Amino acid sequence: MTISRDDFRPALVRLPSALTALFPGAPRVVELPPGSVNELIEALDSRWPGMRDRLCDSSPAVRRHVNVFVNGARAKLDATVPPEADVYILTAISGG
Amino acid sequence: MPRKVKLLVGSKKGVFILESDEGRRSWRLAGPFCETWPIHHVVGDRRDGAIYGAGGNEWFGPAVWKSTDGGARWTHSSHGIAYAAGETPIKAAWSVALAQGRLYVGVEPAGLFVSDDGGARFAPVQGLRDHPTRPDWQPGGAGLILHSIVLDADDPQRIWVAISAAGVFYSGDGGATWAPRNKGTRADFLPEGLRYPEFGQCVHCLVKAPGRGDRLYQQNHCGMYRSDDGGESWISVENGLPSTFGFPAAAHPRDPEALFLFPLNGAEQGRFAPEGRPTVWKTTDGGAHWRGRSAGLPQSDAYFGVLRQAMASDTLDPAGVYFGAGNGAVYASADEGETWTRIAENLPAISSVETLVIDA
Repeated sequence: MTISRDDFRPALVRLPSALTALFPGAPRVVELPPGSVNELIEALDSRWPGMRDRLCDSSPAVRRHVNVFVNGARAKLDATVPPEADVYILTAISGG
Repeated sequence: MPRKVKLLVGSKKGVFILESDEGRRSWRLAGPFCETWPIHHVVGDRRDGAIYGAGGNEWFGPAVWKSTDGGARWTHSSHGIAYAAGETPIKAAWSVALAQGRLYVGVEPAGLFVSDDGGARFAPVQGLRDHPTRPDWQPGGAGLILHSIVLDADDPQRIWVAISAAGVFYSGDGGATWAPRNKGTRADFLPEGLRYPEFGQCVHCLVKAPGRGDRLYQQNHCGMYRSDDGGESWISVENGLPSTFGFPAAAHPRDPEALFLFPLNGAEQGRFAPEGRPTVWKTTDGGAHWRGRSAGLPQSDAYFGVLRQAMASDTLDPAGVYFGAGNGAVYASADEGETWTRIAENLPAISSVETLVIDA
């Protein structure tokens, strides 16, 4: 997806604490350019190298127990993240 | 120079480190580390004290954790630990081994990766990945896991791996080509007449005896075995043991005739210590004879098990022997397995125990 300069109104991305704990200095909320979920995760990875591996597997897909919501809808890697989107990256119920 | 012993404990909820002086009478516990990720295996590098943990988190996938300051701070990486797009993704790192500056990591689904930069980046050992038997590898109860990596300290070209339930594989050329090494080991779970296949055995743990020889031992789902030719052939050494079933095996640091086991009551009988009386079994003649040693271990109503990577020896003299149990207890022997002391309890279920002896 191509974003014009006029469209650069960032998405607000919330990260789960179990993720930010793995990347010292990573905040719980970050503003990122709109685009796709994949581009958003690439942007996270460029700031905190290795973060993509924690969020995505090699299929490639968002990991099975990680959920990405864009404006309230569960989103896959190719989903659009519009300007000013509300994005939540959440850890699913898992473990024991 | 006085030395200290570190026990590196992998658990369902993080890494713990127990530390003692050479006397090994009192131990200090530190942890949990690695953000309480499930960690299947932890090893230490005697050269520089670095600690590596192989694990996998249901949320965030596989990673190799590393600490260069004794456990205070950790980093993690899975850079390069991935299969091609479209294949079943890697779920967890299961085993880690060090030799000559190379770091090998075994994963689920079974595969082997290697790092030449101390665990920052990894590359696949493609020869194993491309092995013609691979499409027929079947998972064991814990999944299709590469759980044992045996390296030759004198010859970096020689590598053995054990996969549940594909069996033992060997490379004599640094991982370029591989061959099954399972002749003589049973697969009782296959139909009659098919119980000695070329591959497909459920090996539980593979260790190398010390020294320059070719002696290997393996605890298998179906028996206990020794090889004196690098795995070309195996002979049963289970006679005298209370069970043919168990998970861990720990070699002696200097004596190739000595081995320690923790047999369980059976694959279909609960997989705990026989009669609820935990006992470490020891041979000093290559498995011809076995003696049970239980002094210091609970001897009634103790229905715990010990997993495949959860038993180890140290390099001191006399050798220390250690195991961690499913109930979160760690037991230690400072006299080559003769007597035992519980040195930790109530930890999460323990996956692995390894030792690191370094200058104090």
